[in-house]
Amino acid sequence: MRFRTESSPHVIPRHSVGGVMQQVLLALIPGTLAMTWFFGWGVLINVALAVGFAVALEAAMVALRRRPVGPTLADNSAIVTGWLFALAIPPLAPFWITLIGIAFAIVVAKHLYGGLGYNPFNPAMVGYVVVLVSFPREMALWPAPETLPQMPLGLWQSLQTVLTGSLPAGMEWDAITRATPLDALREGLVSGRTVSEVTASPVFGSFTETGWEWIGNFFLLGGLYLLFRRVIRWEIPLAVILGVAIPAGFFWILDPGAHASPAFHVFSGAVILGAFFIATDPVSAATTKLGRILYGAGIGLLIYVIRAWGGYPDAVAFAVLLMNMVAPTLDHFTRPRIYGHSSGNGPPPGAGP
Amino acid sequence: MQLHRFHGGLKLADNTEASTAEPVLTMGVPERLTVPLCQHIGDPTEPCVQVGDRVTKGQRIGQAAGYIAAHVHAPTSGVVEDIGEYPVPHPSGLSAPCVVIRADGRDEWGDTRMEPWLDWDTRDSRRLRERIREAGVVGLGGAAFPTAVKLNPRAGQNIHTLIVNGAECEPWISADDMLMRTAPEAVFEGIRIVAHLLGVERILFAVEDSMPEAMRVLTETAPAELADRLELVSIPTIYPTGGERQLIQVLTGREVPSGGLPADLGMVCHNPGTFRAICDAVIQGRPLVSRMVTVTGPGVHRPRNVNALIGTPFAELVAAAGGYDAEVDRLVMGGPMMGFAVHDDALPVIKGTNCLLATRPQDTPSPGPRMPCIRCGECAAVCPARLLPQQLYWQAKAKDFDAIQDYGLFDCIECGCCAHVCPSNIPLVQYYRYAKHEIWTREKERQKSDVARDRYEFRQARLEREEREKAEKLAKKKAAVKSKEGQDDDKQAAIQAALERSRARKAARKGQADATDSSEGSTGDAPEGHSGNHSDTPDDTGPGTEPAETGATGRSEDTDAADTTDATDDRQEHGR
Repeated sequence: MRFRTESSPHVIPRHSVGGVMQQVLLALIPGTLAMTWFFGWGVLINVALAVGFAVALEAAMVALRRRPVGPTLADNSAIVTGWLFALAIPPLAPFWITLIGIAFAIVVAKHLYGGLGYNPFNPAMVGYVVVLVSFPREMALWPAPETLPQMPLGLWQSLQTVLTGSLPAGMEWDAITRATPLDALREGLVSGRTVSEVTASPVFGSFTETGWEWIGNFFLLGGLYLLFRRVIRWEIPLAVILGVAIPAGFFWILDPGAHASPAFHVFSGAVILGAFFIATDPVSAATTKLGRILYGAGIGLLIYVIRAWGGYPDAVAFAVLLMNMVAPTLDHFTRPRIYGHSSGNGPPPGAGP
Repeated sequence: MQLHRFHGGLKLADNTEASTAEPVLTMGVPERLTVPLCQHIGDPTEPCVQVGDRVTKGQRIGQAAGYIAAHVHAPTSGVVEDIGEYPVPHPSGLSAPCVVIRADGRDEWGDTRMEPWLDWDTRDSRRLRERIREAGVVGLGGAAFPTAVKLNPRAGQNIHTLIVNGAECEPWISADDMLMRTAPEAVFEGIRIVAHLLGVERILFAVEDSMPEAMRVLTETAPAELADRLELVSIPTIYPTGGERQLIQVLTGREVPSGGLPADLGMVCHNPGTFRAICDAVIQGRPLVSRMVTVTGPGVHRPRNVNALIGTPFAELVAAAGGYDAEVDRLVMGGPMMGFAVHDDALPVIKGTNCLLATRPQDTPSPGPRMPCIRCGECAAVCPARLLPQQLYWQAKAKDFDAIQDYGLFDCIECGCCAHVCPSNIPLVQYYRYAKHEIWTREKERQKSDVARDRYEFRQARLEREEREKAEKLAKKKAAVKSKEGQDDDKQAAIQAALERSRARKAARKGQADATDSSEGSTGDAPEGHSGNHSDTPDDTGPGTEPAETGATGRSEDTDAADTTDATDDRQEHGR
């Protein structure tokens, strides 16, 4: 009798790339719903548009590169990229912002470097940074996080806004948008007010603005799910959060009037989303245990540095991209000690033939 | 006892309920046995029988040539039908030299049987080791490294601890479990022999916590003679605890140095099956001609353990296990993690066959399309050698063989944990095997070219030396002649006078004999030129005959042997 001969192991594989990405998507749902609750339908419209663009461009690029389209799309990575990009941009951003951002993310950052697994930079963040620095006006139009009953735009109106780039008749951007907590803090501090004066506004909750706080909580929930399912490991998220919180805490203790609290920093902007969903992108992150801790801590620290002294109110994308650059170096210098070796680096004594 | 933990590893379902529920079956003698001449790690054996010879059970049919080798014996009595290349169980799927024996069914021991040593404790280590070597015993965990070599510590290695590796190598396999349940006395006798041979102070007998029955039997049958030294230790079942290095770490918390052996830590580790084989060899004078094999998997009807003669076709073992399931499409020798799929069930059982695993398509589906590595690091998290498998993969792909060694390629035990958890379906272990093989090949080639270069340089040096010696000789001669000239003036004068006389005579004949004179002069020159040529001849025609060059060749063989030793040591570790 004759048999198939395939290489070991002869067991059902435990994971698949598509499955891993599916878990990530699942974990994004609570936070996305929370964002929709506070920012309106625009969030879901952006997600749908971005995912659609991402998948279409991915298919086109894979076809151009003469690779099998089906299995590549089945890895779900384009969906994750599109989704994360959509969460990063303002909910009513015009569609061409999404298109340009996604095109950069998928075409340039991903496929020009060789596709999944070969991209040195996080594609979603590359796309986001491109539109952030190119279209600062559109990228600043964050609606005020209002609760549903007060939401001024329905699904249809939101869709119109996204597609045409202008609000329905009789509405002004100024009426529905408001500075994000980080913007408010920044402007407030520049204009000489103290942190407590800025955060005294009734929209602020215990740490930051109530809406942002809740969004952060729901992304945290998704992140903890990923940790629980072992899709991600604890090193990067914890290091990012501590990397923000520790310097923030240090300056806050020194002068609470001029510096926001660590909790404010962690729950404002995209720190939670970034810590659990963006910095943990395995392709562009460090892979060793110590490397991941340093990588996460570097991202956290850079977020704080750019927020406190840099030109942008939020800085997750820049911090992630900067640390992407050093990830291979971190891996090289943080190799674990191999079994039977006295130190981690250097050629093993007596190894080889 | 304080147990330790090795890095990574996997909790896998051990799936041994079915195969341990059936009693062990001792299989009969098959009609025809195909006995490969190289079943162990090391140098192949030379056949020492001829086609048509009648052989008796236990008669040596393959003679070990090198040190790292094990003799091969006839598993039963019969007639040698053929000696030639037959398919053997090997990952390559290639054929190898085998002795084919047509059994006569009598299964009789001839007068070549070794004498039983009931008084083995009066024999010294060397004789015991020789007996174990005579019997062709190899490690029966699957790696098949010659046991006598492992029992011969190098000078300066003080072996104080003997480890009995009762941890099953892989899921599904229950051969050791059933052996410990059914023949604990033989295992303990083997342990006593080895403990005596090595003079160890401590014996750690590790049994996985998934084998409570084996533990119970062992506890009940542990001999009083070992009571002061023996510790039965229950260890957690985490793959690959059955790996020698991992087991040592679990039991002692110590790590075997990279490139070294457990003996460097004063430890020697053997499988229960090996102890049984040692017991049989020493006490009964029975060479290794059969072994316990687990025949299991969803692809057979009645999974069980069998005692089979070496050389029995796989198909007969499967028949003993109730035959194939209709859907079976894969037959693996070894376990699911490190075993290899064979293409044919006519292959024979060899000393290293610990398990036959038959599976259906739904148990081992074709891996999905291979995806790019996403650097998720799952592989690094499960690697028991604490390597970075994804980095090794990139380096193997890039053929960066320096970097890959720097990243510890040769510390990889090929356990397959990384490949199992890889979400991208990358056959990582294949890449590492490829890289190892490539490095070994290059190293061999480099050594070959080194030898050639040495040989060339030696020849150049020798030519220069000869040139120099010739010149010196000439100079000496000249000097000697000159000094003679000084001493023997009279003689010189006499010669001079004679020469002048002859010249005068010549001058007288000059007119008629001009041509003859010149031809004489040219013949006079010839011998010298010829002798010059002669001295050069040996180098051009026969460099191999030069003693020094033979020396160079000899050195190359030495290094080759050392290379194989290292390589096999390596595999010996990994195999378990």
